Amino acid sequence: MLRIDDLHATVAGKPILNGVSLDVPAGEVHAIMGPNGSGKSTLAYVLAGRPGYEVSEGGATFEGHDLLAMEPHQRAAAGLFLGFQYPVEIPGVSYLQFLRESLNAQRRARGEAELSGAEFIKLARKQAGLLGMDTEMLKRPVNVGFSGGEKKRAEMVQMGIIAPKFAVLDETDSGLDIDALRIVGEGINRIMRGPGKGVLLITHYERLLEHVRPDRVHVLQAGRITRSGDIELARDLEREGYAEAAA
Amino acid sequence: MTAPFPTRKQEEWRYADLDALQPVWEQFAEPLTLTVGPGESFEEVWLPSADDVQVRRMQIALEAGAKARLFVLNTAPVYGRIELEISLAQGADFELTAANIGTGLSTNEIVTTVRHTGENGRSRQTVRSVLNGKATGSYVGKVEVARGAQKTDAEQSVKAMLLDRGATANCKPELEIFADDVKCAHGASVGELDAMQLFYAESRGLDPASARALLLEGFVMGLWESAKDADAIGDAAREALRRVV
Repeated sequence: MLRIDDLHATVAGKPILNGVSLDVPAGEVHAIMGPNGSGKSTLAYVLAGRPGYEVSEGGATFEGHDLLAMEPHQRAAAGLFLGFQYPVEIPGVSYLQFLRESLNAQRRARGEAELSGAEFIKLARKQAGLLGMDTEMLKRPVNVGFSGGEKKRAEMVQMGIIAPKFAVLDETDSGLDIDALRIVGEGINRIMRGPGKGVLLITHYERLLEHVRPDRVHVLQAGRITRSGDIELARDLEREGYAEAAA
Repeated sequence: MTAPFPTRKQEEWRYADLDALQPVWEQFAEPLTLTVGPGESFEEVWLPSADDVQVRRMQIALEAGAKARLFVLNTAPVYGRIELEISLAQGADFELTAANIGTGLSTNEIVTTVRHTGENGRSRQTVRSVLNGKATGSYVGKVEVARGAQKTDAEQSVKAMLLDRGATANCKPELEIFADDVKCAHGASVGELDAMQLFYAESRGLDPASARALLLEGFVMGLWESAKDADAIGDAAREALRRVV
């Protein structure tokens, strides 16, 4: 579904990714773990198309299409979702307006009918409820005044509303307390588990993986995948640290 | 007798488009005057017209405890000028909420003098400018606090968003204070659309133009929320924004 082939990328002229290859088939959840500065977030941004993240070699395809040739909004319409490590605040724009316009832009791009205001509110209320978020919060400006945990939960509400085919989740677990972690983990399973769906889950900690249970775990170090395995690999890392486990 | 034609040497005309003003000067030479009586309130929404040159000059005297609120959208195709001279007696309250939205070669400016003459007056001025092309948007605002006007509470908040390199924003808040127990705050910023906000919106499916439009709406539209006729000015502002995106 998502195939990354020998991907090299630079940020501000500095090489960060040095040949990442990865294949996430439909129906699977893959986790990427790795120490600080190993290139995890860069990989997420490159896949979503953030300006300034330049691919110097290699490529990536999504359902057979050249992902890197698409603009960020085209990648979204194709079904790719990035859960941000640091969700962005947009003063003056309510969450409801932001998401309704985003979702309808995607639907237009795919030739689907737009949702009416009433249909959208119903969808938003349901998804917020499933993630334990008060719908009133969605009337507030995007992420403004949200705590770190609330922002991450709101990312999952967005994912629920947009219902993408593939989610790249960049440290969605950081900043969450134990209960929120469980709710977010359940959200990922509910929204993203299924045939024709896939997840690349970037995390520092094994704890989220106990909730989401990835099919594969990869270790990213110095811009390369150095090890791959099942959830046991994540448990080893949690116990021994990257230096030991990589040796 | 028509008042003498202004020159750029006068601070309050410093950024004006005097060439555009010249042919229509007679019609605007004398400002309108209004007195709001003790304890009374006045509120108006000023919408743009279709004219190339749009000038509104007004003097408002707020008597004790009087209140005035103005919501202004300044978006003339060639030259727009909103000029206000406000005096506040004891306990009077003045609010100006305004936007300059300019495109092409236009000049739109808001020029105010707010005089606090009595105690316990309050004034709030909020101005946002969105400019593209080679447009100019200015705010020149003077707050004067007279000797006896203790406990004056005055604020000026001015922000501008430049969408193109050729656009110009002038922000010039000025304070002249002769009382010693007052609160006068002013803030000014000039910036461009935030790259991370744009990417966030695009990553959710908005094309670049729609993402820019949404962020600009956020920058401007919150201004009108408390206006009695919020819909009219909101719609007009949205239409003006569509022209600058």
